[in-house]
Amino acid sequence: MVAANPMHGVAIVSAYNTPQARVLPEKSSLDVTVDAIRGALADAGIEPSAVDGINGNVGMGLQITAAHLNYLLGGNPAWIGTQRPGVPALLEAAAAIGAGLCETVVLAAGQTGRYAEREKTAPWTRPSNEFVECWGLYTAAEFALIARRHMHEYGTTPEQLAEVAATIRNHGHRNPQAVYSGRGPFTRSDILGSRMVADPYHLLDCAMTSEGGAAVVLTTVERAQELPGPPVYILGGAMERMGPSYVMAPVWGKYGYVGRRSARKAFAMAGLTPRDVDVCEFYDPFSFELIRQFEAFEFCGEGEGGPFVMDGRIHLDGQFPLCTNGGTMSFAHPGVAQMLQKVIAGTDQIRGRMGPVQVPDVEVAMCTNGGAAALFMEVLLLGRESAA
Amino acid sequence: MTSSGATVPLPRPSALSQPFWDACKRGELMVQRCDDCRTYVFIPQVACTRCFSPKLVWVPSSGRGTVYSFTIVHRPQQPAFPVPYVVAIVEMEEGWYTLTNIVGCDPEAVRIGLPVAVEFREMSDTITLPLFHPADAR
Ligand SMILES: [Zn+2]
Repeated sequence: MVAANPMHGVAIVSAYNTPQARVLPEKSSLDVTVDAIRGALADAGIEPSAVDGINGNVGMGLQITAAHLNYLLGGNPAWIGTQRPGVPALLEAAAAIGAGLCETVVLAAGQTGRYAEREKTAPWTRPSNEFVECWGLYTAAEFALIARRHMHEYGTTPEQLAEVAATIRNHGHRNPQAVYSGRGPFTRSDILGSRMVADPYHLLDCAMTSEGGAAVVLTTVERAQELPGPPVYILGGAMERMGPSYVMAPVWGKYGYVGRRSARKAFAMAGLTPRDVDVCEFYDPFSFELIRQFEAFEFCGEGEGGPFVMDGRIHLDGQFPLCTNGGTMSFAHPGVAQMLQKVIAGTDQIRGRMGPVQVPDVEVAMCTNGGAAALFMEVLLLGRESAA
Repeated sequence: MTSSGATVPLPRPSALSQPFWDACKRGELMVQRCDDCRTYVFIPQVACTRCFSPKLVWVPSSGRGTVYSFTIVHRPQQPAFPVPYVVAIVEMEEGWYTLTNIVGCDPEAVRIGLPVAVEFREMSDTITLPLFHPADAR
């Protein structure tokens, strides 16, 4: 007999992005991570000395660990997380709070200055794996192999992929906080007319790269009642991994529906179905990956994702508004900090803080990290009302 | 490494993968097979990924298969790769999958289901890469 889910007793009390930009030449990765922590704690109304749990990722290299951030915060933390910042770090922290290991956790990440050699693709897209790198693969090619097979099996079209990219980029166009704010509007033709990167992916089907920091603060539902901001409740979540990322051939038939198991678990935990989701803050490295996630999470049937995203369904005023802040294609993509930014987007939508890209009356947000070619997927359901 | 002296990044074999690369150097494509459940295992592993048996043995592959998926890459991973080039997943006759490049034909001629056969390209003293060409091309 398992007790009521302890994560249902945990809430997000702050979600904060530093200013995001293509480059932040005056800032180090540590600077933006610390700026994010400071901003998040101020937003939450929590003193640094009240933080007793932390997990952070500074840049891509993990040289500056959470233990260093812990020291900067006064050395109080009793608990240090080890999962990657984003949905997995949040689930790990929520489980720790639920188990009583700590009460108030800050999660932070930030990155600057990592992409200097522009004649190569970004360094985090080029894993140096023995049976991958020698044939000229990088993440766009990996995800293209997944997309191409789906197009072959189900007749998914470049126009359907372009609809996803244009929609996400238009959300960023309208978001004053986005790195590419005001760069649109975009049509499907604009996406299809951009230069080819790795067929079927054009330049505008792909995420961009940028710099900045992000942080989230979690605490118990009881403690959250004493704080100024409206809490956002954790309804459900799960992690799923089929193997190491970018090591095996990304075979659609084996890995195409990674995320289904975790979505089913998360929805069951929350007592919800996909129809209950008001905003979809899904990981958006490449346009097809969103079509795939709608199928994997059972918003639609297998092979139906292409038609599903057409006709405005994923627009801000549609049934399932997608990547409402502009995602990694337009809002920001500061390395792994983007994982936490999916959580921040869902939190801000529920709190009504999204300005021109706010969706009315958001009760439930779904936030995801990972993707098919990466062989992992993490899913989080957030709510305006508690599940307990 | 700079764009001027760019070279293709080559595999650094491990003790586990050395038999694969030694075979390529001899012009043979080898793959591990589980002695207990007969599953083919690639990339090289210490245990069968189906039944977890430690009894993996190196066996020869026919070197023939079909294109399972592909992409024509126009933006190279780095300048050492001349564009366009074709990255593909080949489904081998024995039922295992490998990443590779399709060479020996116009990139636009590559399609899913295309029968392909292995060929070997010597890249250095120690590394010979397996690539694939259309099976009826030579
Ligand atoms: Zn076996």
